[in-house]
Amino acid sequence: MADPNPSNVPTVICDDVHIVYRVNTGGGGKGSATAALSRIVGRGKAEVNRGVRKVHAVRGVTFTAYRGEAIGLIGSNGSGKSTLLRAVAGLLPTESGKVFTDGQPSLLGVNAALMNDLTGERNVILGGLAMGMSREEVRERYEGIVDFSGINEKGDFISLPMRTYSSGMGARLRFAIAAAKNHDVLLIDEALATGDRKFQIRSEERIRELRKEAGTVFLVSHSNKSIRDTCDRVLWLEKGQLLMDGPTDEVLKAYERETAR
Amino acid sequence: MSDTHQGGAVATSAPPSVDEGLAPAELAAKYGLAVSGARPGLFEYVRELWSRRHFILAFSSAKLTAQYSQAKLGQVWQVATPLLNALVYYLIFGLILDAGQGMTKEVYIPFLVTGIFVFTFTQSSVMAGVRAISGNLGLVRALHFPRASLPISFSLQQLQQLLFSMIVLVAIILSFGSYPSLRWLLVIPALFLHFVFNVGLAMIVARLGSKTPDLAQLMPFIMRTWMYASGVMFSIPVMLADKPAWIADILMYNPAAVYMDLIRYALIDGYGAQNLPDHVWMTALAWALAVGAGGFVYFWKAEERYGRG
Repeated sequence: MADPNPSNVPTVICDDVHIVYRVNTGGGGKGSATAALSRIVGRGKAEVNRGVRKVHAVRGVTFTAYRGEAIGLIGSNGSGKSTLLRAVAGLLPTESGKVFTDGQPSLLGVNAALMNDLTGERNVILGGLAMGMSREEVRERYEGIVDFSGINEKGDFISLPMRTYSSGMGARLRFAIAAAKNHDVLLIDEALATGDRKFQIRSEERIRELRKEAGTVFLVSHSNKSIRDTCDRVLWLEKGQLLMDGPTDEVLKAYERETAR
Repeated sequence: MSDTHQGGAVATSAPPSVDEGLAPAELAAKYGLAVSGARPGLFEYVRELWSRRHFILAFSSAKLTAQYSQAKLGQVWQVATPLLNALVYYLIFGLILDAGQGMTKEVYIPFLVTGIFVFTFTQSSVMAGVRAISGNLGLVRALHFPRASLPISFSLQQLQQLLFSMIVLVAIILSFGSYPSLRWLLVIPALFLHFVFNVGLAMIVARLGSKTPDLAQLMPFIMRTWMYASGVMFSIPVMLADKPAWIADILMYNPAAVYMDLIRYALIDGYGAQNLPDHVWMTALAWALAVGAGGFVYFWKAEERYGRG
């Protein structure tokens, strides 16, 4: 049934995807008490009345990603790149349109599950479990994660609360935890290489490994160099719309021409 | 789906010609792709939740530890906080207001402290539940897991907190002359039903709070009203003796009062079965089933939408 050519097997299909954020502005336009009162009274009316603003972040994006592709997402700040990535991961519901995926794509990152008041040790376990590893898997990979992060190179830091770490050390541990798991469809959102130069090289290497194991990779980045190094196809988003979709060189050239102006 | 390894001679440029002209949905169907982030069926959801049980446990005990980790006394506060709480209520309701009418001091003080601890369990589960989704949107938008893990985890944290409070409670009860008996074992089924009820309630308010974060501002008032109406610091039949009987009945069959009374009955010697309403165990079971299962289904129905905020 499936096409024998692996690069022809779709892994992610976005079909006219729209995503709308609803933002509670805590008061809408007028900040006076009477305005607030009239909003409460007029509850049944349009949402604008209730201090809720809509942000249409992604407007009708359609594309198909195939197995083995590494796709870069570029565009200015607020163009909807990260939002689109979250929708592909199934973390943000679409307003209309659909995202189809093969298996469960996952975002690289575990920061939100970690707690600064806990020791590095407990955070490794908590982060691993949060990413869906079993307890045995976490136990197996524990040593590897700690070694990779290099947290213990300057003494026994792993048994101290994470709030005592320097920002670089914290970032290293977070990356080490996040990169411990393999993914079918891997979504990477910017700021890959953190920490000192030595750790940057180590983490870039790990990303390459993850890429090899993953079926399809999406990378959001503002660094044209890292896009050029990693991706063979690029989607250019602007104001939530897909401006261009094609081979890396072609799209990046157009993008650079646009941004140089 | 074939799993051919990628050879060197694979053409990467041209899109597949065989699939050209297929609409995205047809293409997805042909290769067996599923809608990303779709809500699983109810049984599948329970299975997923079960496979995440270690995460739920780790998350709740991590929250509990993190709570006092900056304090010098550290985890001592787990026990000291409920003890101080009990002292304050004793000072106001026991000594100043003398609310313990119809009870001796040996009964009233354990009665009051049990009531406070048991009600606090519900109260803090609800308060944590309201923010379970809206306060953890970062987590919800970053990682995949059944969202019910969050309200369950927060209720579990409160259960662990209650178990710490129980140390204080047992000390107080012993010092006022109630001694361990077989009846104390009734605490286990009572607490279990109470926990199921609280989880259900936390899931209901978690869904409501994810849509309307303002509920977190409103909740303290609702909970305080509920506390005063549930006879935490007074005996409902004694206080409402001169009012129509149906008022006392409604208050006594409300779930908070039911679970409170069951645990008081189990632990306090002088608080006999005559203080309990009829069919109290059936009522406790019914509340747990209705709110527990109902809350779970209600929460699951919006599973795919929690990321929106």
